[in-house]
Amino acid sequence: MPEVPLLKLENIGKEYFGNRVLADVSFSLNRGEILGLVGENGAGKSTLMNILFGMPVISGTGGYEGNIVLDGEVIRFGSPFDALAAGIGMVHQEFSLIPGFSAAENILLNREELNKSLLETVFSERLNTLDRPGMRARAARAIKTLGVDIGVDTIAAEMPVGYKQFIEIAREIDRTRTRVLVLDEPTAVLTETEARILLDALRKLADGGIAIIFISHRLQEIKSLCDRILVLRDGNVIRDSDARSASIRDIAAWMVGRNVEEDRPVRAGTISDEVALSVRDLWVDMPGETVRNAAFDVHKGEIFGIGGLAGQGKLGIPNGIMGLYPAGGTVSLFGREVELNKPRKALDRGMAFVSEDRRGVGLLLGERIDWNITFTGMQVQNRFLKGLPLLGNLVRLRDDDAIAAESEQYIKSLEIRCTGPAQRAVELSGGNQQKVCLAKAFSMRPELLLICEPTRGIDVGAKELVLNTLRRYNEEYGTTILITSSELEELRSVCDRVAIVGEGKIAGILPAISPAERFGLLMMGDVEDEGAQKEAVTGNA
Amino acid sequence: MSRLDRGPDKKRNRGVGSLLADYAVPVIFIVISVVAIPLSDFSATYLIQELLVRIGRNSFLILSLLIPIMAGMGLNFGMVLGAMAGQIGLIFVSDWAVVGIPGIVLAMIIGTPVAVALGILCGEVLNRAKGQEMVTSYILGFFINGVYQLFVLYFMGWLIPISNPALVLSRGHGIRNAISLTGIRMVLDRLIPLQVGTVTIPVATYLVIAAFCFFILWFRKTKLGQDMRAIGQDMAVADSAGIPVNRTRVIAIVISTVLACYGQIIFLQNMGTLNTYNSHDQAGMFSIAALLIGGASVSRAGIGNVFLGVVLFHLMFIVAPKAGRNLMGEAQIGEYFRVFVSYGIIALALVLHAWKRLRDRAEARRSLRGPAGKE
Repeated sequence: MPEVPLLKLENIGKEYFGNRVLADVSFSLNRGEILGLVGENGAGKSTLMNILFGMPVISGTGGYEGNIVLDGEVIRFGSPFDALAAGIGMVHQEFSLIPGFSAAENILLNREELNKSLLETVFSERLNTLDRPGMRARAARAIKTLGVDIGVDTIAAEMPVGYKQFIEIAREIDRTRTRVLVLDEPTAVLTETEARILLDALRKLADGGIAIIFISHRLQEIKSLCDRILVLRDGNVIRDSDARSASIRDIAAWMVGRNVEEDRPVRAGTISDEVALSVRDLWVDMPGETVRNAAFDVHKGEIFGIGGLAGQGKLGIPNGIMGLYPAGGTVSLFGREVELNKPRKALDRGMAFVSEDRRGVGLLLGERIDWNITFTGMQVQNRFLKGLPLLGNLVRLRDDDAIAAESEQYIKSLEIRCTGPAQRAVELSGGNQQKVCLAKAFSMRPELLLICEPTRGIDVGAKELVLNTLRRYNEEYGTTILITSSELEELRSVCDRVAIVGEGKIAGILPAISPAERFGLLMMGDVEDEGAQKEAVTGNA
Repeated sequence: MSRLDRGPDKKRNRGVGSLLADYAVPVIFIVISVVAIPLSDFSATYLIQELLVRIGRNSFLILSLLIPIMAGMGLNFGMVLGAMAGQIGLIFVSDWAVVGIPGIVLAMIIGTPVAVALGILCGEVLNRAKGQEMVTSYILGFFINGVYQLFVLYFMGWLIPISNPALVLSRGHGIRNAISLTGIRMVLDRLIPLQVGTVTIPVATYLVIAAFCFFILWFRKTKLGQDMRAIGQDMAVADSAGIPVNRTRVIAIVISTVLACYGQIIFLQNMGTLNTYNSHDQAGMFSIAALLIGGASVSRAGIGNVFLGVVLFHLMFIVAPKAGRNLMGEAQIGEYFRVFVSYGIIALALVLHAWKRLRDRAEARRSLRGPAGKE
């Protein structure tokens, strides 16, 4: 007789405002089984987990389709607390520990052991004092289950990141009811040894009967830990496979899916041997996109792509080079070092930047299109200004004629759809706003153009136009372009070489025509071997 | 059992500059006192007597600030609300001529519901202004001051019967500017008389303060206290652990407001006169200044900070006018100095707090960096 699965998802679907993010997802999970869940960003993993966990964001946007069956009973959680009560525990990517609390206090947060007292009957349980020895013993027990040795009195703020992850898991274990444990990229911040200890601990928990859903981008770990693998792509289950029989290469191919289109336009631009941008030992303190140690060279006339999963640091690289976030290391442009942390220095050296934060950093939303286009040129290069007669350059005024001429030209060449140069930027559609940003960068006549997420939030037609514009600009002026994008396909269609960033480092650099699965493997933390990497950095492969 | 191969991060090496910044305020005051005490020519017994009186008078008020700090709500400028509640209690007690300890207890009984109501109001407002608690509670104090004046200046003697003509303004309604609290003057201080040489010690007041200290120590060990600490350090995490954040924050403010009400009653029984329209104003500012001078910060304060602060702040109050006169020939300089210093210290503490937060955040980010970031 087949065992009744502990957790069963039946035909789960979800739409956000008419945008389908999950379709017909079904799988089941037995006691003591470890399921690896893999997929690219936007494949629907987080939405699936949010549904399972009863997050308010799901019910707030119209609920979901299908059924979740836990232990033979259909459940529909109203809040994460219902999920916890039903025995579903979740360890999030970002730490949720109270920094000044000890390990024991954090593990038992809001589930403390209390001493009984009379005040409890008069007021509430909250006036009972804490039973510290009891708490310590309980916490020590939970930590011991994991097979690690962490003092229960260690303060969370003073722990290495690896410890914090274990404390989070110990917290879920301490809930006596926890039957399903969801871990969202638990090993992302761990060293190899720590990750190994964690995997051992998870195996031990599973042997004790807890079912585990393990989300990770590291395919090696998925393969060595999990019993089964579920691959999601674009909201659909692509594969539900036995972990032992699937090879890492297979999994990567299932994840990335799409095959390279062979109709890639032939490039007319020339790439010289001269190195335009050279980056060494770069670190950038960009919140959520920390760059730890990046090194690469970009050749003059090249279109260089930077890809990788969200949060790995790809956006930090251009933002750090432009001086928008605290950064260190060496960045040289045509052999001369660029001073970091000072956007003005980067602009002076002939770098132009199109930010991923179009509405925040990219545009002066409330101002006219023509002012937006010429603003940086005016500030940095003293263009679009005229001196007063007699006074010479002592007092300079805006040169409206020059501004009009410049913006008319870009409105025409980039097909910016607007009522005229005087329209305010806030009134434009996303695609047209992006074109204004590009016009602003082009108007600087840069030596090096850094562009982040050029097609984010714009419709398909506009996407094509933006990419074509970049390609044309590169061909006509020989401008070196650095594109950072979450969309690998886009990078592969427009770039010469693509670097994949993982955990704040360059995981590898490949020619854009390499097969998709090689990029997929890099994204999954399968770093190219050292020799190949050296070659790739300098581009002499 | 496997041991993780990475030891705990090295203790943060903050250097002398940072350490000095943490304790800058008390150090400055110790230096000022060391210079000013000899200049003032006061005798040791006089200084000790004055200090003992002022510690008894002010400590309770300052202690009432501790619980909101624990709950991460910063310095509760809204404590003036409690002070007003206490004063309303005192006005009624004076009108009804209830004297002695029963008078004080009755004033507290009348003040408590008023303080609870004001505390709930204040807590609810602050829950809608998370992250801006201090400036919000400060301005809320001004607003409630207006309501208080409306009651005391217009309603009392008109809508609210006040029988004692000595309390009422000559026009027939409204309370006089200054009320002499003869019935309860120093009754708590003198309840248990103790004389050591020429120095009188207000034993009963100190016992009340000691009881309050034990209350705080006990409170920290309760589940409610633990929840407040959790909320104070990370509201989002506390919320996701199921701690009722908003309710707990309201409780913290209510406790603080009620205790400030009692504190103001103790303060005024020692003073013996109630300045109907001013007494509460100073209560907040001077208590907060004293706490900060004791080395507390916006996010961290303990009982030790209260007593160190009250001693240093009031030592300066006592010696500064005399030292000013001996040095400059003008006593006013001392009075000027104390107001100047109160505001200056609060401003300094706020700046230091913001700076420390930035520094901690940068440090936390730094730990995420790899080998390239370790310079």
